[in-house]
Amino acid sequence: MKIVVCIKQVPDTAGGVKFKPDGTLDRGAMLAIMNPDDKAGLEAALRIKDQNGAEVTVITMGLPKADAVLREALAMGADKGILITDRVLGGADTWATSQTIAAGIRNLDYDLIITGRQAIDGDTAQVGPQIAEHLGIPVISYAQDIKIEGDSVVVQRQFEDRYHVLKAKMPCLITALSELNEPRYMTPGGIWDAVDAQITVWGRNDLKDLDDSNIGLKGSPTKIAKASDKVRKGEGTMFKDLDPDAAAASIADVLSEKHII
Amino acid sequence: MNLEEYKGVFIYAQQVDNQINNIAFELLGKARDLAKTLDTQVTAVLVGSGIRDLADQLAEYGADRVIVVDDPELKDYRTEPYAHALSEVINKFKPEIMLVGATAIGRDLGPTVSARVGTGLTADCTSLDIGDFPLVARPGHEDEQKHNQLLMTRPAFGGNTIATIACPDNRPQMSTVRPGVMQAIQPVKGAKAEIIDFNPGFTPNNKYVEIEDVVKVVSETVDIQKAKILVSGGRGVGSKENFKILQDLADALGGEVSSSRAAVDNGWMPKDMQVGQTGKTVRPQVYFAIGISGAIQHVAGMEESDLIIAINKDETAPIFSVADYGIVGDLNKIVPRLTEMVKARKKAL
Repeated sequence: MKIVVCIKQVPDTAGGVKFKPDGTLDRGAMLAIMNPDDKAGLEAALRIKDQNGAEVTVITMGLPKADAVLREALAMGADKGILITDRVLGGADTWATSQTIAAGIRNLDYDLIITGRQAIDGDTAQVGPQIAEHLGIPVISYAQDIKIEGDSVVVQRQFEDRYHVLKAKMPCLITALSELNEPRYMTPGGIWDAVDAQITVWGRNDLKDLDDSNIGLKGSPTKIAKASDKVRKGEGTMFKDLDPDAAAASIADVLSEKHII
Repeated sequence: MNLEEYKGVFIYAQQVDNQINNIAFELLGKARDLAKTLDTQVTAVLVGSGIRDLADQLAEYGADRVIVVDDPELKDYRTEPYAHALSEVINKFKPEIMLVGATAIGRDLGPTVSARVGTGLTADCTSLDIGDFPLVARPGHEDEQKHNQLLMTRPAFGGNTIATIACPDNRPQMSTVRPGVMQAIQPVKGAKAEIIDFNPGFTPNNKYVEIEDVVKVVSETVDIQKAKILVSGGRGVGSKENFKILQDLADALGGEVSSSRAAVDNGWMPKDMQVGQTGKTVRPQVYFAIGISGAIQHVAGMEESDLIIAINKDETAPIFSVADYGIVGDLNKIVPRLTEMVKARKKAL
């Protein structure tokens, strides 16, 4: 079987956040890692490969330097890496991103597509389900367990207070939770091979069935009106010489004012 | 897309097991504000099987109209056919604004529907307003500025940034909204809404997955990362037994108890409850730091909390530099009194 795993290179949110003048993120200026939910999705694909045999293709969209997460995936055991990169694709929101990645996936044969549930930079959880919608295949999001049964997948789909065991005929798309598994490390041999591995690079013109009105910043229905680093809190209010009743009452007042009680 | 055709503020009234989720009432509360500014109606979209009699509840919480999509295919949530139901409602009734809760259901339904109807979606919003886009008109291009736009504000980058997003050229303007942020109104008993039954027809296709089992999960240990209110104690609490006064306050507030590393190292609290660099990172609506000095490793795990209230007898404790409200005093006297006041005020409501 053929599995496509969508991965994203994300800034490590611990490293600070920078913007370009147009309000979009300046990804080039930040440290980059493979998004954790995507890594769990890749691990799930590699386990299916280990057990059932499969060809695992990883695909990403981003700046040329996103090549690094593809090589990391190859070093973990993926078979092929594809980088979608083009200036005209920059500044895309989830609509334009999902249109673009779906167009890339149309170039491939696939039985199963796995994406992470959400990326730690945007936290939207939208691109996976939207890719499935553009491709016209079922989506199962929030997967906490994935099994292959013949031509179907059986997935535990997590909700707040329950999970559903869902069965879908392939092809379908699954979005993975990071608690799905513990991703393996890259192997030394894998790293060695990945350095020299051939990465396929696609630009705008390699993507079919994709309208120019649906790509990049211009093709994004959502527009950033304002973006800013979160303002650090100012000095708080301090009460020093209150008796216990007055102290308790001052806290209760704050809780009432904020509609907590 | 003729934007003028799209009118009204719609909310998706999520129900599970034929019980309306609280997020629906919260969305109605916000929708009323937005509709007032826009001088339009609030419509709730109720999707499920055998759910028609839930419509009155939505009226009591502020819906002017309820569109009911009731079909046996809609018994338990599945992306399809629920996405079909909501998409067809949007195509037929053309809302200007469509709000969905950012729940495990809404964050699946929202993206699928927005992709299907061809509009943008802003995820996990914490604030919604009506305003201009761009916020400030470009000089010489004042006529290009659009008015009465939905401005959707959301945190990103793990809370490091805040962005305000608009969707000026597509309709509906669609967002998922974080649960627990918007305020429901006091329900108006006996309020009635116009009820519209709508069934777009459901024909199973390749996107209909099969539900083999529904497993309800009763969590054994409390997940402090999910708590909206955390009452956290440290070395200053003094003993394992004394954590009871924190538990009492947490119970009164509907919150959970957590702790600093010192309390875990002393064996007063289990490791699962530890907040900080070597414990868990939490971001509740309210974080009480009680008898916690506020070492940098602890602060790293809780500084993003919306509201931080610290009680400590040492006025030089570093916790006071991150607290929104700091009380210098004896926790043993203040906490029990606060618990009583919380109970009394909740009862009075």
